[in-house]
Amino acid sequence: MLAAVILGRAAVMYDGKYAVQTQVYGPEARGGASMAAVVIDTVPILYPKVSDPDLLVIMSQEGFEKYGAGARRDARMLVDSGLVLSRPGCPYLEVPATDDARTVLKKVIVANIVMLGALVEATGVVSREAIERAVLDSVPKGTEELNLGALRQGYIRGGEAFHEAA
Amino acid sequence: MTRLDFMQGNVASAEGAIAAGCRFFGGYPITPSTEIAERMAARLPRVGGTFIQMEDEIASIAAVIGASWTGMKAMTATSGPGFSLMLENLGFAVMTETPLVVVDIQRGGPSTGQPTMSSQGDMLQCRYGSHGDIATIALAPASVQEMYDLTVKAFNLAERFRCPAFVMADEIVGHMRERIEIPGSVEVAKRRPLEPGRLPFAAGPDLVPGFPSFGRGYRVHVTGLTHDERGYPATNDEAVHAALVERLVTKVESSRREIADYEVMNPDADVVIVCYGAPARTVLQLAAEQAGPPVGVLRFRVVWPFPEHALGEFPNAEAFIVPEQNMGQLAREIERHTSLPVVPVPKLGGDLHTPGELARVVEEVRRR
Repeated sequence: MLAAVILGRAAVMYDGKYAVQTQVYGPEARGGASMAAVVIDTVPILYPKVSDPDLLVIMSQEGFEKYGAGARRDARMLVDSGLVLSRPGCPYLEVPATDDARTVLKKVIVANIVMLGALVEATGVVSREAIERAVLDSVPKGTEELNLGALRQGYIRGGEAFHEAA
Repeated sequence: MTRLDFMQGNVASAEGAIAAGCRFFGGYPITPSTEIAERMAARLPRVGGTFIQMEDEIASIAAVIGASWTGMKAMTATSGPGFSLMLENLGFAVMTETPLVVVDIQRGGPSTGQPTMSSQGDMLQCRYGSHGDIATIALAPASVQEMYDLTVKAFNLAERFRCPAFVMADEIVGHMRERIEIPGSVEVAKRRPLEPGRLPFAAGPDLVPGFPSFGRGYRVHVTGLTHDERGYPATNDEAVHAALVERLVTKVESSRREIADYEVMNPDADVVIVCYGAPARTVLQLAAEQAGPPVGVLRFRVVWPFPEHALGEFPNAEAFIVPEQNMGQLAREIERHTSLPVVPVPKLGGDLHTPGELARVVEEVRRR
């Protein structure tokens, strides 16, 4: 959810675009499945929901089954390879975001920021500068270096090649 | 100077309230409105205001009414289950002519229903939920920008007409984040004080009495009982009761053109979609991308008092299509004001109509 908010913020505040971020979540305070979606455009966005995404980031097996399994064949997907067992019917990039957060950054909580870095590097959906400024706007004081480190780790993973559809 | 931001609708509503001069929030957190209370709790102390979390929604609206009587601009935010609990005191606010704002981020009902899913199920509750005859002012934002703008407007209308004003938003608009331009300053209506020598509930030609704030030199009796112009109960006087209730209703209803706020697209169209709130986003998408003859769009930013004259903006209309996230609450009101066919397009469960769904309805209606 936070990663989606940061992505929308980067597009609006630092890339001069329009963005709408929406989400689906349950009544649980913690631990429930959730999905967040972002539409980015150069003109004002009317219909705010995402019916058929062309980019997907999947960070749980449950999320894959619900949102990833039916992805368009010409979509592109980033999967957290440590958390998602299945592979999609569209080109995909394996990003060990949670493993990198645990072993490289020593804080599993920044897995979403690693993934965000990979997404930006692999797709150019927003600029590096925009995502870095939006991350700095959004994270608690004292965690700036940790989060920028997570982004940079993500850039490395995002530079790798996509796999063909499974 | 306007300020660009990427903001959540609920947060934008709270910011709009503060810009409009709101300095008191009494509330009880409820999904999907809670971010408004959170933002007000963080912001109000920094601008000299007061935030109080009450024990429930009944107490919350009571606190807001009390704060308003001290001369403060006051608000609460809630969702359907909380709104139901507030109804009794909202009738009291109407009867005592207390300006206040309620933001209702609607979720699926009845009862506790769907806490995290969108709905427009409270549109008739805000209009008719109170017992007795009342008039209602209700606004319906369709974007984060309008969460800000229409919250400001609600405060101004509440002051102008001395009554509650409702921002009838929904989970989609409340929780969505998007681009917003926050104005450097907004137009703010001041509360008109009671004119010296006038009785506290004696109105002039605009039917709205001046306001005698507590602690500003007045001792005023404020009661939900039928009262005379002094504010004292006159419960068995038929003429006093009739004149009071007629004035409370007429002061709002006779100003429906002044209060009206709507958008018209393609006024020559044969088929017109009437919409408000989040479903308007689907309608605007359809109007922008649709091939073939253009479809008319009538989008209400103010739903109550119902701007019935707006239906006349489409002289060639043959039918009105009304997509709502309920089973046809405003569609029924539209039927009262036109002899043309009115086609409700209900959507329950929390998601928006898709542009394709509405395009199919337009085609069907044109084939008839």
